[in-house]
Amino acid sequence: MRYLPKSQSDRELMLHEIGAKSIDDLFDAIPAEYRLKGDLNIPRQYAESEIVEFFRQRAANSAQGYATFLGAGAYSHYRPVVIDALISRGEFFTAYTPYQPEIAQGTLQSIFEFQTMICELTGMDVANASMYDGSTGAAEALMMAARITGKSKGAVALTVHPEYREVITTYTRYQGMPISTFGYAKNGRIDLDTLDMAVDEETAGVLIQSPNFFGTIEDVAAIADIVHSKGALLIVSIAEAVSLGIVKPPAEADIVSLEAQSFGVPLGFGGPYCGVMATRDRLVRQMPGRLVGETRDRNGKRGFVLTLSTREQHIRREKATSNICTNQGLVALMCGIFMSVYGREGLKELATQNLAKAHYAAEQFKKAGATLLFEGAPRFNEFVIQTKNDPYTINDHLLGKQIIGGFPLKKFYSELNNAALWCCTETTTKASIDAAAKEVAL
Amino acid sequence: MNPNEKIRKATTHISQNEGLIFEKSSPGKKAYRLPPLDVPAVDPDELLGGQARESLGEMPEVSEIEIIRHYTRISTWNYAVDHGMYPLGSCTMKYNARVNEYVARLMGLAEAHPYQPERISQGALRILKMLSEQLIEITGMDAITLQPAAGAHGELTGILMVRAYLESRGNPRKKILIPDSAHGTNPATAAMSGYTVENLKSNSAGMVDIASLEAQVNEDVAALMLTNPNTLGVFEQEIHKIADVLHAKGALLYMDGANMNALVGKVRPGDFGADVMHLNLHKTFSTPHGGGGPGSGPVACKKMLEPFLPAPVVIQKQDGTLGFDYNRPKSIGRVRMFYGNFGMHVRALAYIMANGPDGLRQTTEDAVLNANYIRKKLEGIYDLPYTTPTMHEVVFSDRRQVGKGVRTGDIAKRLIDYGFHPYTVSFPLVVPGALMIEPTESESKEELDQFIDAMKAIAQEAEENPEIIADAPYNTRISRLDEVGAARKPVLRWKPQREVVAK
Repeated sequence: MRYLPKSQSDRELMLHEIGAKSIDDLFDAIPAEYRLKGDLNIPRQYAESEIVEFFRQRAANSAQGYATFLGAGAYSHYRPVVIDALISRGEFFTAYTPYQPEIAQGTLQSIFEFQTMICELTGMDVANASMYDGSTGAAEALMMAARITGKSKGAVALTVHPEYREVITTYTRYQGMPISTFGYAKNGRIDLDTLDMAVDEETAGVLIQSPNFFGTIEDVAAIADIVHSKGALLIVSIAEAVSLGIVKPPAEADIVSLEAQSFGVPLGFGGPYCGVMATRDRLVRQMPGRLVGETRDRNGKRGFVLTLSTREQHIRREKATSNICTNQGLVALMCGIFMSVYGREGLKELATQNLAKAHYAAEQFKKAGATLLFEGAPRFNEFVIQTKNDPYTINDHLLGKQIIGGFPLKKFYSELNNAALWCCTETTTKASIDAAAKEVAL
Repeated sequence: MNPNEKIRKATTHISQNEGLIFEKSSPGKKAYRLPPLDVPAVDPDELLGGQARESLGEMPEVSEIEIIRHYTRISTWNYAVDHGMYPLGSCTMKYNARVNEYVARLMGLAEAHPYQPERISQGALRILKMLSEQLIEITGMDAITLQPAAGAHGELTGILMVRAYLESRGNPRKKILIPDSAHGTNPATAAMSGYTVENLKSNSAGMVDIASLEAQVNEDVAALMLTNPNTLGVFEQEIHKIADVLHAKGALLYMDGANMNALVGKVRPGDFGADVMHLNLHKTFSTPHGGGGPGSGPVACKKMLEPFLPAPVVIQKQDGTLGFDYNRPKSIGRVRMFYGNFGMHVRALAYIMANGPDGLRQTTEDAVLNANYIRKKLEGIYDLPYTTPTMHEVVFSDRRQVGKGVRTGDIAKRLIDYGFHPYTVSFPLVVPGALMIEPTESESKEELDQFIDAMKAIAQEAEENPEIIADAPYNTRISRLDEVGAARKPVLRWKPQREVVAK
C-alpha cells in the first residue's frame, strides 16, 4: 500500500522489539468471535491513475460547462487562482486546530485576520473562527439568544432559507424552544404586522435573512426597532456574502450569522461551506465556536492564541455553549484570501456587477412577458419571476441550451406557483441572460 | 548547557517576519481585475435606496504578490503532517493523499450546484451512493447518512435518532450514560439533545465497569455513548456484554467512532453490538484537518433506526437513475443544508479506493503496531497508568516527572524544540497529567525512533536539568504566550492605530 512507509522487515523488527509473535497478538484484546475472518467486501486497491480516471468519469457525468442561474443559498462566483495555490500548502491543509500556538501562528494569524474582516463587513465587534455552515450557524444563534436573554421562544421569518429553517427545527426541538414564524408582504419584505404578532415578552431571538430567500433586502433598522422594543435579540442571517460589498451592514443586529461560501468557496455540490457568527462585545461569552485572540509572548512579541475556551465543550462538557469542535478552518482561510484579493474597493465593484447583471436580467425577463414578483423593495443579485408555464418545463428547455434555469419556488412555497428564484453573479453573461429571456416568455 | 545538544530532527532556519495583512494595505493597490461589464451600468444608490453601503471600512488593499507572500510566510510558521509526526491523540493525524485533493477539484464535482437537476448530477450522486455503501460495509451497519459536517455534528444526529426511535416506542427516556474517559463533545451533545448526562466510572483496567453499568442502566437510560477503543486506546473487551446489558433494558449503544482507525478491516462495530455510530472522515478516512476543519461525520445505524435518518437520502429510482428521497415522515429532519460536506466525501472515497480491503487492514495493523512500539520503548521512562493492551494510541502520565516540577504541558513544549508536534496534553481526564500519543500508520520506523529518542532525551532533561524544560520552546518564532492575559482582556480583532497613522 503506497501510503504506508514500512517494509515487511521493519514490521517484523518492530514486532520482535515489542515481543509479539505476529500482528494478531496486538489484536488479542478484540474477542475472536467478532474479528473479521476475511476481506471487507469493497473494491480492490486502485492505482492512482485509475482513481483519477474514475472521478473524471463521475465529473463528466455531472453538469460541466453550463451557464447557471441558480443561487438560493449557494452562489457561483469566480474563484481567484491564488486561493487554491495558497490553501494547497501542506502547512495549512495538513495542520490541525492550533492547540500549540508556538507552532501554529500561521493558522492563528490567518483566523485573526478573518475575524477582523468579518467584523468590518458585518458591522459587528467580534466574529468567531467559523461554524459548519449558515444553516447550523443560524440555529446556534437562536440558542445563543436564549442563553443571553433567559427567555425561551424563537421567531423566524418565512423568508429565511427553507433549509435553514428545517435545521433550526431539528436543533431547537429538544431545547425547550418553541419557534413561531412570520410572513412576507407584497414587496417580498417581512410583514411588520405579522412580525409584531409573532414576538412577545418570552421571545429570546428573532431571525431574519437579508437579502432574504427571495433576494429582497430587508429594512433591518425598522425590524430591529420592533424586536428590541419587545426585549428580544435580532439575528440577521446573510446567505449571499458578496452582498456586503454594496448593501448596508446589519449594524442594528445583535448577532449576525453569515454563510461565507460566496467568498471563494467552490459550490462543491453543497459543501464544505463556511458559516461564521459575529456579535457584540458584550455577548461574546455566550457565542459558540473557536475564537483567536492577540497576546504577547515572554519577550513581548505579538502572537495569537485560541481564547475564551471556557465556553467550549472540551472544558465545560454538558454545560458548554455548543458541542461544536471541528470547524471549517481551511474554508475560512479560502474566504480570508478571497477578501484580501478583492479588498476594500474590489468587493464593492464585484457586488455592483452582481447588482447590474441581476437588474438587467429582471428587466429583460419582464420585457419578454414574465412577471417580476416583489417589486417595490430593493434586491441584490436574485429576483423572483412568475411565468405562464411551469418553471420545471422552462428549465427543461433551457438545459438543452446548456443553461440551468432558476430555482422553482413551489418546492418550498406552495403559494408561489409557477414562480422561480433567479440569480445572476459577475459570471453571468449578457448572452446567457438574453437566451434565457427568450425561454421564460414561452 | 546547550539546549539543542540532543536535538536530531530539527534545525532552526531563517523564517520571514510578516505583519497583519491590514498593515500592508494602502489605498489604490489591487489584486483583482473584473471583466468589463457587458450589461448597462447601474447606480447602486438609486437601486438600493437607503440600503446602499457607504464604505468597506478597514478591508485591506493589497497586490497579488503581497497576498502570495503574506500567506506563504505565515504558513511557514505552522507545523503540519507534511513536516513530520503529529501524534495528537484522538485526532488521527495521518497522511493526506494528494490525489484526493486533485480529484475533489475536478470541474463537474467542484462546480456542481446543490440544486442543479438530478439528471445532470448523476456523477455526484454516484459518489455519495458508493461512499455510503462502502462505509456501511466497513462499519457492519445497515444504513447511513453523510449529512453531518463533523464528528460532534454526527453525535448530535445519532443521539437525535436514538431519541426519535425511543419516542416512536412510547418513551424517549431521560438520560445518556457517558464514561469519565469520554470526549467533551459527548456530554455537550447529550445536553443539546435534551438529555441529562450520567457519568459512568471506568474500572482499574480503564474499561467500562460492567457491575456499575448494570446498576446504572434502567428505564430512564436512552443510550450509552461509548468510544471504542476508548480514549485510553483500550478496546472494550466486554463490548458485547455492554450491548446486552443496555439492550435488555431497552437502551441503545451509541459508538463514538473517533478511534475507528484502530478497527477498520479488523472488526466491525455492527458485529459487536453497536446500534448507531459516527465516523470522522477527517480522522480515519484521511480528509485533511485544514487547521481546524472542515470535517465530515457520517452516521451509520442498524435497520431499526433507518427511518429516522436525516432527509434527504440517496436512492436508486425506478428508471435506474439516482436521486434524493425527501419523503421521510419519521426523519429527525435536516441537520445541515444540502447534503453534507460533499468535498470530503469525494476525498474519503478516493482514500478507500487507494487502499482496498487489504490496504485498509494493513493501515489499521500499522497504526496499532506503531502505538505498541512507542509504548514498549517509553514504558519505564514515562509512567503508564493502564497496562491494559494498547490499540492505536497510548496514554502515559507525567507522574515520574512531576516531582521535578515538570508537567505534561512542559514536556509537550519541549517536544516542539525537538521537531515534533506535541501529543494531546492533559486528556483523557481520567489520567492526571496525561500524555496521549497517537502515531497513526503514517510514520516510518525511523520517524518513530526519532520521536522515542526525543521523548527519552526530555525525560533525562527532566531528571538532570528540569529548568530547561520549564522555559521551552526555545527554537520557535515566539516563546510561550500569555494565554491568561488573552482571556482576561480579549483582543479578538485588529484595529487601526490612528495616532500612528497621524504621524
